[in-house]
Amino acid sequence: MTHRFKTRLEQAHERGDYEALLNLIPYAKLIGIECTRLGDELLFRLPANKDNIGNPILPALHGGVIAGFMELSAALYLLVFTGAPGIPKIIDFSLDYLRAGQFRDTYAKCQVWRQGRRVANVAITAWQSTAAEPIATARAHFKIEEQSRP
Amino acid sequence: MTENPLLERATRFVSALRHCQVLGITAHQASEEGITLIMPYATHLVGDPQSGVIHGGALTSLMDTACGMATLCVLPEFEVCPTLDLRVDYMHPAAPHKPVYGFAQCYRVTTDVIFTRGFAFQDDPQQPIAHVVGTFMRMGKRLRGTQGLGSAIKGEQA
Repeated sequence: MTHRFKTRLEQAHERGDYEALLNLIPYAKLIGIECTRLGDELLFRLPANKDNIGNPILPALHGGVIAGFMELSAALYLLVFTGAPGIPKIIDFSLDYLRAGQFRDTYAKCQVWRQGRRVANVAITAWQSTAAEPIATARAHFKIEEQSRP
Repeated sequence: MTENPLLERATRFVSALRHCQVLGITAHQASEEGITLIMPYATHLVGDPQSGVIHGGALTSLMDTACGMATLCVLPEFEVCPTLDLRVDYMHPAAPHKPVYGFAQCYRVTTDVIFTRGFAFQDDPQQPIAHVVGTFMRMGKRLRGTQGLGSAIKGEQA
């Protein structure tokens, strides 16, 4: 990991402000993901953005954007909470779409169900109106870079 | 203009999807066998600033679109088909500075659901960078607002 990236990550976590970190990831800026710390939790937000529309009839967010938002949320969550030395590499991603993503802000929360030495399993829930009515649920496996021993 | 009406429909369809325009996705090939989309490399798609590899989310958008559009290849008339679920297995990272191709086909069509599968590749289709399966719900062609888009995709004056 580059020094700049590691410094930004440490600063971000200290201040609970992840904007500078997200600015280093072009795809994060493209879709407009935001991240805030609530107590010991991370809440991810994807503000409504015309560039993220996939279905012009409804209009609804592109399913791929919802997927990208959730996948990126999971990677960031792991990056912040596991002290992984770099952005974790995704192995697989499985997503259930439960409701159409309306043209409005979307939120996501993550839960690590299992973190082994090499692989982590993360569940992601995305919602718009209320967390009790998710628009999509997903789970992902990530490869964790093993920390070099001191 | 090409003489492939399916490719023309696919081209019009993909150009109606705002996010696909942002990602630079275009239709590359289309037949009854399936559809291939192309997504050029662009720095704004990068997910890992250290390696320059594009983010999995961009790839998922490409493959969700490819699988969804594969339904155009098997349905006699345009129907809105939202994604029910999607699974992506990442074989290896996409090499930077090269386009990604996304191929998808339908392998089962029922009255309510369409099963699709596909893969993403760069130089060699035999060495996919990701495998995908997705299921789509058939909403029928009478859904409100659908006919306008349906005719636009067919190339008729709306």
